[in-house]
Amino acid sequence: MTTTTTPPITAITEAPAPPQPDRRRFRLPFSGWHLLLMPLSLLFVIPLLQMVLTSFMSDGDINRFPPKFIPTALHISGYKGLFTDSHILRWLVNTIIVAAIAVTAQMVLCSMAGYGFARLKFAGRNVGFFLMVATVMIPTQLLMIPTYLMFTRLGIVNTLAAAFVPWLATAFGIFLMRQFFLSLPAELEEAAAIDGAGAWQIFFRIVLPLARPALATLALFTLLDSWNDLVWPLIAISDERWYTLQVGLTMFQGTRHTQWSLLMAGNVVATMPLIIAFIVAQKRFVATMTFSGLKG
Amino acid sequence: MQFGFAGATPPAARNSARPAKARTGWRRGVRRATTGWAFAGPATFIVVGLSVFPAVWAFVISRTKWNGIAPAKNVGWGNYQLMTEDPELTSAIRHTVVLTALFVPSSILLGLLIAVALNRKIRFVGFYRTCIFVPYVASAAATGILATFVFNPQFGIANDTLRRLHLPTQQFLESHSQALVVICLIALWGEVGFTAVIYLAALQDIPPELLEAGAIDGAGRFRIFWHIVVPELRPVTVFTAVWQTITALQLFDLIYTTTRGGPLQSTETVVYYMYELAFQTQKFGYGSAVAYGLFAVTVLLTLGIFWYSRRAKVEAF
Repeated sequence: MTTTTTPPITAITEAPAPPQPDRRRFRLPFSGWHLLLMPLSLLFVIPLLQMVLTSFMSDGDINRFPPKFIPTALHISGYKGLFTDSHILRWLVNTIIVAAIAVTAQMVLCSMAGYGFARLKFAGRNVGFFLMVATVMIPTQLLMIPTYLMFTRLGIVNTLAAAFVPWLATAFGIFLMRQFFLSLPAELEEAAAIDGAGAWQIFFRIVLPLARPALATLALFTLLDSWNDLVWPLIAISDERWYTLQVGLTMFQGTRHTQWSLLMAGNVVATMPLIIAFIVAQKRFVATMTFSGLKG
Repeated sequence: MQFGFAGATPPAARNSARPAKARTGWRRGVRRATTGWAFAGPATFIVVGLSVFPAVWAFVISRTKWNGIAPAKNVGWGNYQLMTEDPELTSAIRHTVVLTALFVPSSILLGLLIAVALNRKIRFVGFYRTCIFVPYVASAAATGILATFVFNPQFGIANDTLRRLHLPTQQFLESHSQALVVICLIALWGEVGFTAVIYLAALQDIPPELLEAGAIDGAGRFRIFWHIVVPELRPVTVFTAVWQTITALQLFDLIYTTTRGGPLQSTETVVYYMYELAFQTQKFGYGSAVAYGLFAVTVLLTLGIFWYSRRAKVEAF
């Protein structure tokens, strides 16, 4: 229908060409939607493909004119340079630590808070919930200066804590878990309460096991956010040993902006774990997106 | 039983715990509050402590002249006054407005178009969905670095394609008239999968009877889409509009990893300008004032979209 809304980027020629439309007047042998989806998909994937291919090129390959898309041979000089000249392994470990702490903390803290706000009645609940939701409107940039100063006073500048503290609990996580708990039928919990179970027992024994899908959702989002975060580690970590992958990448970019194979190798290390995780957990992930998206 | 169930009461009564509270004693109230806050407290403390507290602090800083080292000097509303006569801020605002105006409608339209296409029962649809969504998973930093390669004027694949098509090559991120548009395209590349997936879910939620009814009444495909599907999608559209507006207003990582505000400050948005003020030139006071200005605009825009959607009777959230 509206081809006008596609972005004005032309199809990329070196990729396997989309099937040519049948020129005759009557029906195409396939749905016309392929003509839209095929080039679009290529447009979305080819840059990533090129990232991987370039990471295996020699500098000679890259600087050739006209540019090559497929490497002439498998060169690993980019990766070699990456692993010998930089702390990339350390950055990878740092990033994994940050993400692991963030995911664990959010799963514990946000599910507890979500349950509290959804099911328990207590003084200050509505005020607390409202205050928490209202924080969503505060832009990160407003918080950058005072958070940096706060981290300085707490003595966590130049430590990994500066990267994970902002992700220990988020309004989004609490909100997500609350919405999930509200959607659960309360009968099970009521029955357990009649049998004399306390709030904590009910939460850990009955509610949490039921919350697995929501917890998986929360874990995926936290993984994505904490792994890809640039702002907090960028402003609070200047010691190279405590960089996360994202900060390390931007530093590379400043110092080795011509060594494309090395830069792309860094990009591959920084993005592929998540991309592979996404492809493996795709169904869950897409369900996650829609769940969180529609429920706000 | 030491706590009540909000879920046990009918939804309408969910928010008023009062009738139950009146019957219960004072001690029980304290015990409930202790349990409740033991659950909700830690996370709320962290979230509020990392946002409301620094936000208030930022306001205090915004009324001072301070470089982080020398003692802060109180200047009252001076920084805010300064904002009105700062030409660099004016151009940063202009860039932000252009970026937002380009990004939000195109991400909504393109997302909707992709969702409609992905909603067909055709072959490879799962493959297409994966392809379109994968860039959303890549970090903005990696995307930015990749983009500087793809759009490199000498050996980038973008110019190579143009050359093969016998079209004039472009400077892209190195041209002060194109850089902002290219950044918008890169942001679209990374974000449109999100909009598309949300629209896709909404499309699948539309009751088929509605569409059948339209078809029986003799409406064509396009009229069904325009008069039945689009109105059904309105809540999602409001949500994506708010979400993508905030994304565009706060776009930082991509600019940092592609142009760093250049060339000739042509991609210096408000957010990037604020970052430079605070972390390059150590103007904490003025930087905070600019951040507050952005905050005010974000709140006004969000409330404006809400107000509009409520008036149009769209339940978005």
